[in-house]
Amino acid sequence: MVRLALWIFGALLLGGIVHLSTVLAMPRTAKQDAYSRLAPLAPVNVLTPLAAPTAAYAVMPFMDPAFAVAVCRYDLTAGTLKFIAPVSQAYTSVTFYTRNSMAYYAINDHAAGRRAIELDLMTAQQHAQLPEEEGVTAADRLIIDSPTATGLIVLRALAPETGMLPTAQATLAQAQCRAVPLPQ
Amino acid sequence: MRLFFGSCFTLLLAAAIGLGATWFTLTRGVAFGSLTIGAWTAWPKSGSVDIDPYARASIARTGELPIGTGDGVAFYAHTDDTGNVLDGRCMFSVTGMTPAARYWTLTLYDPQGRLVANVIRRNGFTSAEILREQNGRFIINVGPRARPGNWLPSGGVEQFILVWRLYDTPLGVASRTTNEGPMPSIERKGC
Repeated sequence: MVRLALWIFGALLLGGIVHLSTVLAMPRTAKQDAYSRLAPLAPVNVLTPLAAPTAAYAVMPFMDPAFAVAVCRYDLTAGTLKFIAPVSQAYTSVTFYTRNSMAYYAINDHAAGRRAIELDLMTAQQHAQLPEEEGVTAADRLIIDSPTATGLIVLRALAPETGMLPTAQATLAQAQCRAVPLPQ
Repeated sequence: MRLFFGSCFTLLLAAAIGLGATWFTLTRGVAFGSLTIGAWTAWPKSGSVDIDPYARASIARTGELPIGTGDGVAFYAHTDDTGNVLDGRCMFSVTGMTPAARYWTLTLYDPQGRLVANVIRRNGFTSAEILREQNGRFIINVGPRARPGNWLPSGGVEQFILVWRLYDTPLGVASRTTNEGPMPSIERKGC
């Protein structure tokens, strides 16, 4: 009896380890995460508009149908990234996600405070290598440090009424996401 | 021989317990730091770098992108105020006020996060679309049959969930208490 209790105790302990390790490993092993779903649709370092979700098809679950959405699947290994988005009439936001769908930065049009949201995205290492004087002259330049070399930038523009979705999509079409090669 | 069977039993039981617990927590959406107001629950930390491992695993499994903390906060309702499951064959009314936000949207999904097909192709409302009463309150009727006013069709599905997204809101960034309200109440009106 004591022996059985010991075996069960061991099983519980091992089960706990299995549980924790599978939970921690899930983000790295998931085949259907947002990045994997977007990879076939969105080329690297180019802003790609996403189809509005319908009952029949949506790229990702839980997409807000009131928003026009565009994504930039970025890769910073060859250089930094410049992101410019004009502000739509209603509400515009930009959210940055790591390769594993962690939202590490988000900004909306009010917080950006200008007529366009303008950002530079780079890794912490690239940021550290920026020439000193450039950091001084471009004081109002917004620089975002990406924790990972790859990830997603998601630009969302609200259509306050259903008929305004084309307007919101047209605003997104003017946004840009382009790679800036590293200086040689 | 006894040792062999004992180890096999232990390993099998460990695998069952471990994988079972993982499956259970990920399908039930277990995450820490939730903010519950009435029938509505939000996980404000899921949109930040403070996201916990359970929420990360759950997001990786479903393939969704959580709303960023600087963008807004999303509240999920799986039941009405008294705990009845949101059945697409019943009528529900969503009434009241919302916390301060520049815009909000209300969207109806099936439990897997897909939009629900319906004849008028309406899957939700935005704060700009809603018809309000004189005092600023609103009533949204959710159900399979057309209703005057704000009707959100549920398409007669077995179960649906409602997601209330507040954009550009102070809520969720600093709040940890449940009296941050007022979130709208959900009430079943009959089946």
